[in-house]
Amino acid sequence: MSSPTSTPVGSKPSSDGLASPPSQRRRGQDSSNGDLPAMPTSPATDIASPAVHDTSLFSSPRRSVLPSEVDMSSPLIGVRGTPVRQRPDLGSARKAPQVDLHTELPSADGAVASEQAAGQKLVIWGTDVNVGTCKEKFQRFLQRFIDPTSNEDENAGLDLNEPLYMQKLEEISVIGDPVLNVNCSHVQSFDADLYRQLISYPQEVIPTFDMAVNELFFERFPDSILEHQIQVRPYNALKTRNMRSLNPEDIDQMITISGMVIRTSQLIPEMQEAFFQCQVCAFSTRVEVDRGRIAEPAVCRNCNTTHSLALIHNRSAFSDKQMIKVQESPDDMPAGQTPHTTIVYAHNDLVDKVQPGDRINITGIYRAVPMRENPRQSTVKSVYKTHIDVIHFRKTDEKRLHGLDEDSDQKLFTEERVQTLKELAAKPDVYERLSSALAPSIYEQEDIKKGILLQLFGGTRKDFSQTGRGNFRAEVNILLCGDPGTSKSQLLQYVFNLVPRGQYTSGKGSSAVGLTAYVMKDPETKQLVLQTGALVLSDNGICCIDEFDKMSDSTRSVLHEVMEQQTISIAKAGIICQLNARTSVLAAANPVESQWNPKKTTIENIQLPHTLLSRFDLIFLMLDPQDEAYDRRLAHHLVALYYQSEEQIEEEFLDMAVLKDYIAYARTYINPRLNEEASQALIEAYVDMRKIGSGRGMVSAYPRQLESLIRLAEAHAKVRFSDKVETVDVEEAKRLHREALKQSATDPRTGFVDISILTTGMSATARKRKEEVAQALKKMIQSRGKTPAMKYQQLFDDLRGQSKAAITKDMFEEALRALADEDYLTVTGKTVRLL
Amino acid sequence: MPSSHDWINKPLGVVEAMFAQSNSNPEWEAKVLEYFKGQLKEKESHSWVPSLNDVPLHYLKPNSLVKFRCLVQDMFDPEFYMGVYETVDPSTKVLRCGKYKDVTECGVDLNSRNTVTAERQTFYCVPIPGESPWAKEISFLSAARVVPSTSYVPSRQKRSYEEDDDMDTQPQKTKWSLTELQSSSPHGNGDSKRQETEAPSSQTTAPSDCSSHLDLNFPLPGERGPACLVKVYEGLDSFKLNDTLEIYGILSVNPVLTVIVYPYRDPSLLLLNPTESMETPEEQRAHDPPASLVPRLHMLYARPLQHNNPLLPSAPTEDQSAFVSSFLVEMASVRAELLAYLTHVLLGDGLAAEYLLLHLISNVYTRRDVLPLGKFTLNLSGCPLNSYTERLYQIVQQLVPCSYRLSMSLHTMNSMRLVPKKDYVANRLVSGALQLARNTSLFLDETQLEQGQLDSSGVRNITALGNLISWQKVDYDFSYHQMEFPCNINVLVTSEGRSLLPSDCQVPLQPQVTPPNMEEYLTTIHMAQFTSQINKFRVYLSLARTLDYSISDEVTKAVEDDFVDMRKDDPQSVTAEDLHRMLVVARLLSLSLGQTTLSRDGWMRAKHIDMLRRSRTEQQKSLNGNEP
Repeated sequence: MSSPTSTPVGSKPSSDGLASPPSQRRRGQDSSNGDLPAMPTSPATDIASPAVHDTSLFSSPRRSVLPSEVDMSSPLIGVRGTPVRQRPDLGSARKAPQVDLHTELPSADGAVASEQAAGQKLVIWGTDVNVGTCKEKFQRFLQRFIDPTSNEDENAGLDLNEPLYMQKLEEISVIGDPVLNVNCSHVQSFDADLYRQLISYPQEVIPTFDMAVNELFFERFPDSILEHQIQVRPYNALKTRNMRSLNPEDIDQMITISGMVIRTSQLIPEMQEAFFQCQVCAFSTRVEVDRGRIAEPAVCRNCNTTHSLALIHNRSAFSDKQMIKVQESPDDMPAGQTPHTTIVYAHNDLVDKVQPGDRINITGIYRAVPMRENPRQSTVKSVYKTHIDVIHFRKTDEKRLHGLDEDSDQKLFTEERVQTLKELAAKPDVYERLSSALAPSIYEQEDIKKGILLQLFGGTRKDFSQTGRGNFRAEVNILLCGDPGTSKSQLLQYVFNLVPRGQYTSGKGSSAVGLTAYVMKDPETKQLVLQTGALVLSDNGICCIDEFDKMSDSTRSVLHEVMEQQTISIAKAGIICQLNARTSVLAAANPVESQWNPKKTTIENIQLPHTLLSRFDLIFLMLDPQDEAYDRRLAHHLVALYYQSEEQIEEEFLDMAVLKDYIAYARTYINPRLNEEASQALIEAYVDMRKIGSGRGMVSAYPRQLESLIRLAEAHAKVRFSDKVETVDVEEAKRLHREALKQSATDPRTGFVDISILTTGMSATARKRKEEVAQALKKMIQSRGKTPAMKYQQLFDDLRGQSKAAITKDMFEEALRALADEDYLTVTGKTVRLL
Repeated sequence: MPSSHDWINKPLGVVEAMFAQSNSNPEWEAKVLEYFKGQLKEKESHSWVPSLNDVPLHYLKPNSLVKFRCLVQDMFDPEFYMGVYETVDPSTKVLRCGKYKDVTECGVDLNSRNTVTAERQTFYCVPIPGESPWAKEISFLSAARVVPSTSYVPSRQKRSYEEDDDMDTQPQKTKWSLTELQSSSPHGNGDSKRQETEAPSSQTTAPSDCSSHLDLNFPLPGERGPACLVKVYEGLDSFKLNDTLEIYGILSVNPVLTVIVYPYRDPSLLLLNPTESMETPEEQRAHDPPASLVPRLHMLYARPLQHNNPLLPSAPTEDQSAFVSSFLVEMASVRAELLAYLTHVLLGDGLAAEYLLLHLISNVYTRRDVLPLGKFTLNLSGCPLNSYTERLYQIVQQLVPCSYRLSMSLHTMNSMRLVPKKDYVANRLVSGALQLARNTSLFLDETQLEQGQLDSSGVRNITALGNLISWQKVDYDFSYHQMEFPCNINVLVTSEGRSLLPSDCQVPLQPQVTPPNMEEYLTTIHMAQFTSQINKFRVYLSLARTLDYSISDEVTKAVEDDFVDMRKDDPQSVTAEDLHRMLVVARLLSLSLGQTTLSRDGWMRAKHIDMLRRSRTEQQKSLNGNEP
């Protein structure tokens, strides 16, 4: 298998003091090979050893195992004898190690070889990693690993029943991008021991993986030409999820954390290899930079002149490097503390991969470096600097733009948590329980809370783009309207606090651009930057808009697109794009006359365009019921709020955290589908709704209402953690929908529920009456015979005199307008002319 | 036999002795904490520890135990340090302890297997913002009385200065108290601040730092006092931003800590030492300010402060309960006196005085999901103009331990930073005026507001004030997102008409007297009070807030019935909001009388004064309605 030299034996116990912490446990060109024989073959002791902190000192910032760095040198030793080494494009940047290794390695070889002969259990010093076994295992993993349930978008288009990574290698051979991303959870499920090694000794194991991959790859695709050797980039290490939980034990291990980029530095050229030339004999030599230090050769090996070697800058090798500051994401933080930040170094092609503001998952190696000593003082700061050397970036919001699924949150639930949640879901009254846990400080309004609960869960996302319909809205929109002081804002605040990606805006204070997105010129780069607004930010969340009625018309108009198509189109300053805004809208509006006028329709009360209103699935009125029993319960509730102790409250209601998890779990894992009976029930419900109106000659339901019903039924199934939408769900959806309609779409003149109030802004009776007046007017004019022009006022008086019902000026004008639309007459100033 | 004050003067010695005994058994850390906690428990012993608040830094001995009464203004990232390390000299290989120290002594063997890396976190702490001059003065005087070990002459024997400290420390003390007193006058601030921050800087080893002005990041303008970097070792999760703490820790002012920020960087240094170059000069200045200006404090023990009133026993011990029960007897009479005093101050308006009193003892005692309970924002409308509000604030300031007056003029609203903002360049939380300790009295003076244009930052500031009042939270600006920090601030708004800010309760002021010279009138009232009397008020206000409170089932029932009846009579004007408010008023009213349960009487009284107040606002409304 591997030649002895391929064993990355190394580590010189460094004696050069502070700035170079000990043992870079990596192979390296080593001048101090004298130590080697003394080195133990150290099996597994390190992992078992209690001195975990030891590892902290093994950190070597400079010798970071960046895959790039590794693969540049690994071909030289790694796949020796294979065609790889002959490839001209490999290692072109660094020829020197080759030289150094060849000239210097023999002694090391000898030592290693003898050991190998002795035990056949050769491991890298300080670890329990045997290169041969490790390589073999990894190759086996690559060749055999199959994940039929994979749903990552990276794997789109791959045959899930074939070995996943072999397909990826094939992809590499076609595309020529020599990077192999490996999901650590795959490694873990395939070989837990290999996974442990990868996590604990990434520095040694990843180069081994590289070797393994390259051997495999060039065996399979001997003719392919790559820019450089394939690099393995593991990601999704399950070690750590949270920046806050990083501790000294994680040093030098592979970790994955999530966070948000807050700052990136400029590109830093980092010297990898210094080129020295002797001033006397022009003999040149290369020295690899070791943890930021160059061991300047004091004596020329050719002519033995001392201090004759000079550094030649433009023949030295540099690599790219960038510092990135990452801040933990707000969801991960305990309340009342400030977010932590971590420094991350990106190397080579990972430089400039991320921008400030990106939410990313970082996989990398955690490092700690002692602080620089002050040369003039003997004392030293006892603090280490920590950073992460990145191996892999994964943007979490990039996926959202593609809009496949919601697992970007990747919220992890512990087994127990899932168990509790499932237990809760199994309870027959889970729906009632959850809805009463919602904003317990707000009194009653059960139906509204249920509606909001369903909104929090949302419907099932469907994709009809193949049939040309595009995305189907899965989000439920709710409008609350009602008297001031009925705790609408409080409800909104609660929801905003409950959902992870919620936004809270007030209609008064928001503009169209603030809601959608705007284009800004970056003052430094003069680059146009798209800044996203509240609606885009609450993608996959809920956008709470208070004082909806106070919003200007132009602002409201952007909501039309958002609330049905779930996208926002931007065409501004050279940027034309469509952003996803799959957000549920929870809006609250006050009536125009400050008090709700029960004699008027919803539309008249809140003065919102019906086109917008019809996009709300549920419209609730929060009115002051003004009845004694209600008052009593309200009083009891409020007083209890003030005197009950914390524990009593806890007993009564579910914890907010449980509710949060419950919702997150259901949203992520439950995707209910309609079953046969449920579809039948929905059809019936829809037909029934249509029927109600047809008796009175009006349309009382539109497909939009049917869609609402489906969404609500799906959401209700989610509440039950059920994968099927059943009749019970439809029943509840129907009930809730009816309740909401009863409140918001009752025609105050007739007392009937009339959906056209919401869809056309006018009740059917009102429309009928309008028509009647117009007809009466027409008849009257016709009865006058040929009079081409009439006085406006006179006509009005005549009509009033003729009609039995009272005719208001508004009605008269509307009738005129209707006749004008028919091209029967025109109104110019105070005269009416027939055409 | 260690002398009784060794633990104060040489705490590191104690730590090291314990470490040496431990034989690397990690339990020694807990033992150290136990020891210091035990020492501080002893009667009066905590008052022997010199306080950073009271004693200028250059009089304090480095590496001695000091205490610091402060607010956690910012929390820096956790750092790893050498908990245990081995010295490099092979002949005398010794394990040393790196805990509670900033620097290591002698060379460190970085290859040693015995090195223990441990984690600690740094908090940036500032003196409690808006602490009233009287509170500072009293705590200073009481400290000076019992502190023998603040001596800045380290060569002396402890025994000797205990004996002659009367002669020795007395002159100094008077000198300091003079500066203190100067600063208590509202205009003397700038001068003494200069003294405070510049005097120690003359000692600094890095002259380059003197020239660049160091922003100590105090929440309120014109604040003074030492800021401190507190290294926290245990219980990191138990501390929150804006907590007020009394920290006992080891003072470290090692000049090594001063990072010299070079004006330009050596390019080779940048190339080869990227870890160093990553920190911007701003960040270095914020995180490693000169130790002489911002000392380091290694925390041994921290006590969360419920209040910072020096007149009350601060620790919740038997002492306190005894103190409380003894004071409860007096409560009603003190309340009557205070009410009379406030009535005078509010120009003879008894109702307004009553409400002001309730406001001063209000406190967010719990939160139900998003709803803070117990807040009682008062809007005093109809305030006379011409510096009346300023005088009123001075009187409030005399009564409460923490306060701040925000004059809401257009200029301040547009230019002032109210909401703290994260500065990513310097990697710190830049403070704003709303970063206040719990129970601080925020006095918003809306009479200063004139007509004009609010710019976008002005609108943001007003919104922040509105949020603060309605939800008792401040959304800190983290640039990419906002973060919500709950707070507990008593907001008092004085305005001419109804305030543009929301409030829980609006009381139009109805002056009964119109003194020809307002200044003189108020000054006379103020002067007429004896200090002992004022002190009683101060204790009263702080104490009433801490009392427990409950409602019996019986009264609950009565309240519910009452509410239903009220609704029956007039459903339009009595809403849930009103019940909320009346419940708070009833609670505060009971507490103000020292009653810990709501009685039927108490409820009736609450209803009564609320009725009076309402009729007053309605009266005003109709008055305004008649105006064209």
